[in-house]
Amino acid sequence: MSEKPKGKLALYWAASCGGCDIAVLQIGARILDVAAAFDIVLWPCAADGKVRDVEKMADGEIDVCLFNGGIRTSEQEYMAQLLRRKSKVLVAFGSCAQEGCIPGLANMNNRREIFDSVYKEGSATTPENSDDVRPQPETEMPEGTLHLPVFYDTLKTLNQTVEVDYYLPGCPPEGDMIWTAITAIVEGKLPPPGSVIGANTTVCDECKRTRTEKKIKKFYRTWQIKPDPDICLLEQGLICCGIATRAGCGGLCPEVNSPCIGCHGPNDGVQDYGARMMSALASVIDSDDPEEIEQIIRDGVPDPVGSFYRFSLASSLLRRKKRSTNGNGAAAATKTKAS
Amino acid sequence: MSDDSFEPKIVGFLCNWCSYTASDLAGTARMKYAPNVRIIRVMCSGRVDPTFLLKAFAMGADGVMIAGCHPGDCHYQQQNYKTMRRYAMIEQMLPQMGIERERVKLVWASAAEGQQLAEAIDELSEAVRKLGPLNWSRNWEENGGRIEALEAIVKEHEEALEVQS
Amino acid sequence: MITTQKSARIGVYICHCGTNIAGALDVEQLTAFADKLPQVVLAKNYKYMCSDPGQDLVKKDIAEHGLDRVVVVACSPLLHEATFRKAAEDAGLNPFLVQMANIREQVAWVTRDKVDALEKAKAHVAAAARRVAQHEPLERKSVPITPRVLIVGGGIAGIEAALTLADADKEVILVEREPSIGGHMSMFDKTFPTLDCAACILTPKMTAVKSNPHIKLLTHSEVEKVDGAVGSYKVRVRRKARYISEENCVGCMACIDECVFPKPKFPNEYDQGLGLRKPVYLPFPQAVPPVPIIDPETCLQLSKGQCKQKCVEACGERQAVLLEQQDSIEEFEVGAIIVATGFKPFNPSVMPYYGYGTLPNVYTSLEIERLINAAGPTGGKLMLRDGSTPKRVVIVHCVGSRDKNYHTYCSKVCCMYSLKLAHLVKEKTEAEIFNCYIDIRTPGKGFEEFYNRVQNEGVHFIRGKVGDVSPVVSDNGQPTNMMTIQVDDTLLGKVRKIDADMVILAVGLEPQKDAEEVRRMFGISCSTEGFFLEKHPKLAPVNTANDGVFLAGVCQGVKDIPETVAQASAAAAKALALIDRGSIELEPNTAIIDEEHCSGCRVCNNLCPFEAIEYDEEKGVSRVIAELCKGCGTCVAACPAQAITGVHFTNNQIIAEIEGVLYDSAPPRKEAVSV
Repeated sequence: MSEKPKGKLALYWAASCGGCDIAVLQIGARILDVAAAFDIVLWPCAADGKVRDVEKMADGEIDVCLFNGGIRTSEQEYMAQLLRRKSKVLVAFGSCAQEGCIPGLANMNNRREIFDSVYKEGSATTPENSDDVRPQPETEMPEGTLHLPVFYDTLKTLNQTVEVDYYLPGCPPEGDMIWTAITAIVEGKLPPPGSVIGANTTVCDECKRTRTEKKIKKFYRTWQIKPDPDICLLEQGLICCGIATRAGCGGLCPEVNSPCIGCHGPNDGVQDYGARMMSALASVIDSDDPEEIEQIIRDGVPDPVGSFYRFSLASSLLRRKKRSTNGNGAAAATKTKAS
Repeated sequence: MSDDSFEPKIVGFLCNWCSYTASDLAGTARMKYAPNVRIIRVMCSGRVDPTFLLKAFAMGADGVMIAGCHPGDCHYQQQNYKTMRRYAMIEQMLPQMGIERERVKLVWASAAEGQQLAEAIDELSEAVRKLGPLNWSRNWEENGGRIEALEAIVKEHEEALEVQS
Repeated sequence: MITTQKSARIGVYICHCGTNIAGALDVEQLTAFADKLPQVVLAKNYKYMCSDPGQDLVKKDIAEHGLDRVVVVACSPLLHEATFRKAAEDAGLNPFLVQMANIREQVAWVTRDKVDALEKAKAHVAAAARRVAQHEPLERKSVPITPRVLIVGGGIAGIEAALTLADADKEVILVEREPSIGGHMSMFDKTFPTLDCAACILTPKMTAVKSNPHIKLLTHSEVEKVDGAVGSYKVRVRRKARYISEENCVGCMACIDECVFPKPKFPNEYDQGLGLRKPVYLPFPQAVPPVPIIDPETCLQLSKGQCKQKCVEACGERQAVLLEQQDSIEEFEVGAIIVATGFKPFNPSVMPYYGYGTLPNVYTSLEIERLINAAGPTGGKLMLRDGSTPKRVVIVHCVGSRDKNYHTYCSKVCCMYSLKLAHLVKEKTEAEIFNCYIDIRTPGKGFEEFYNRVQNEGVHFIRGKVGDVSPVVSDNGQPTNMMTIQVDDTLLGKVRKIDADMVILAVGLEPQKDAEEVRRMFGISCSTEGFFLEKHPKLAPVNTANDGVFLAGVCQGVKDIPETVAQASAAAAKALALIDRGSIELEPNTAIIDEEHCSGCRVCNNLCPFEAIEYDEEKGVSRVIAELCKGCGTCVAACPAQAITGVHFTNNQIIAEIEGVLYDSAPPRKEAVSV
């Protein structure tokens, strides 16, 4: 692995929880092999490194950039574009970069609603804010103007911002898959650009439960029943997303009696993960009576977006909830028109 | 929201055996109806994947029609019941995304019901016209000073680079 | 996520269809629009694309311009897709690389405004061009056809079709619900306008059915289930217990003679309840098969378990009487099906003002047929309920027909049969006869002549709808045989009251009561009035939307006997043309599961009504059995892993079409990036 001259590796995080950075360490002692093959030129979470140094690099000087997190602010967008330009291979690392993930669920709101929730209504994580102080993109100081990144209305995925070469799914990606990806990169055995690195089948393939034909009369939430440990969770009425979710995790959740929530995203070619789940589940509802069908869905799937777009809302066909523009929750919105 | 010059664009998915035939019949009988539904033929309404609806909205449609054989009359025996179930699911989901249920219509029209299909098209066109344009991709535009902010970052960093060198 | 356009060389051909399209929208502008679409190499318009020169245009361009995709912008693909596929094939292009944009039925004919029509047409053209770029060359699969035809219904239509097919040495399974074939025609006395006796012309055909070695006749039987598809339908038939073995019975009728009931006691359904029969009976003398049947409701042994069973004794060692007999099920495989299930006469008891069912001497036309039939309950003597001969008879036309409260359609045969009955009643009774009609409709060979003849015979004709039939009470308050018929004479412009002792209601024809179930079983449609829907009202009047199912007789719409026979012959010819080919090419638009991507979640397993999806336990994947798949695409839309492809209706193809119809409102491909 270390025969070749050392390459340059960058790891970056944008709108994410930080779990992806930690997940890199899941490869264990093999991180030493990575260090042997690459100079890590940027990894804000683990090593000192300056954006300035990256800006000074020639375009394409970085061999591989593993980018986790979605694009929520102007700074993140800038970094995505910078790293795109400087990197030969840009990998959307983990669910956030690939499909928006949990931060993308905030696309059910706009900036003002998010700020209201965080800075006004208060939460466990923010102190009292009786003056309703909010982040301002520009603050004038005697020394000059201070800038804060602009917080966007809509979280975008990495590929909605820049061209992406590869995707590594998962929240976070599994250690073995990370290692497979790194090995493939080092050995130059990469699939065609645009590919998702990983299996192209779904979690059921790795799930050990027994499955039969599906007919569902009632959907249950996880706390409502104690599922049989050997039978397909979906057949027991639990909304298990394993049917639509890319394999590669080893079916970890169903193995511990917990339905798959879909963190690995869809199979190749799927344009809308949630639509796959909605279509599949609706198809196996065991009723031909419109009213009963409606009842089953109303009772069992009260929140389709939360259930089926938990990880993929930002990358779905609609990307976000309709943004109100008529004053009842708009962002700074329409006034400052993009030039 | 309603605008006199607004002509709704509606994508209609019609099953080959009943509804598409009904639309042909409406034609043969020279019934006149609203020009807003643009028709895509599928073999069965059961082929209509929710993806198609979402795709249509994302691509700029103001409404969607799904039309199939009457329940119990499916050319493929029971497949329109699956359409019915998926439609119920979509109906539960669309309002969450801010899309009015009235923009999507499920119609049962037999091969003999050209008139009914034409009426359903008129009704949906009118309902969508009242709701106004959806113009979905406008939701994706970032309008909180994104460009200015990006330019500011670039400028700031360039200045810093100059100071350094 | 825009579908990537494959490289293609598309030719677009826009049809004027005379002025059908060209008069409703600007075809030149449409052509200019099509010409600028991505990958379109050329766009042309022509007066009639479906004509030979039109097709030649396409063929020539395929060769000269190296077109590898063709879009024909014209009428419905249901009408001409086959035409243009064939043209492409002739020019060496795979037929599935052709797509039609329907701008006649769906645009030109239905849009008021020329500009609106052009805009909608553009969307349909853009969609077809985008879609065709995603098409793949496909091959049709050939499967053998079972050279056997199922005919449902043993009336004159079914009989004629069966004999025609048997003449061509084809095997026929003829299923009739009643104990005998013959249908309504066997109940009639004479037939209009020639007045030849129905039995005389029908009976030989019925006997021919029985004796034909190619025809398997199943009376008192019903089709219960139909599976499979054109070429190989699997049909399940229930043979209801007759309690007399068709194999063993020689038709001696000793069982009837020896029945413990000395005299006929129960109403004979065949005689419309006007005649009586025993529990063991032959519905009518010419019944085929000439085998009696036992009615389990009235037979003492079958209903109460208590009888001396004289019938068994009478039959003796032939052992044809089988009181233990049960229903049995027979299954057949057939290549084609002819549905000839006929009609039912309108039941006028829902019109209380005509007194049917309350006034004894108000009859339906079918009852009169039985009463004047020599084989009927009165031996052909027309009489009132009290046995006397009618003197004044009113025939009420259009009962249940041309009436927005019942059937709006004209039942077509009633005028003529009413004239026939007027003639026959007059001939038999010399009664004075009044025909109360809305219009007399006699458009048929020899019909008008017959009308003139009946007029000349002194039958009265009153143009007007009968409003009321009420009993006449004698001066001393006793009920009489007479009735007063109130009719609004529209020629005289006044209401007339006619006294008569017999009223004949010329009831219309309506679909069978179970037409709905039958229709579903055979996968065909009904038109608004409930008769089965033909594939095309003019050009495919015996075909249905279900490829191997054909229609014959009144089940498709009201018609008289010659028309029924003609249609039955046509249906037989169509079925023959189909099964005689030996094999049939199946459309390739089936579903295919990519086993690599299938995780065996089994969501699709329960979705196919044709059981075309099987699960391979060993490999843990599902699989589509191509021969059984009918290509609806429901499983394709349901597959959560997107492992199923709907051939010729792929996601990419449909999404390309969505992009196409929304060509004028699609979001910009790339959002502005400024850094």
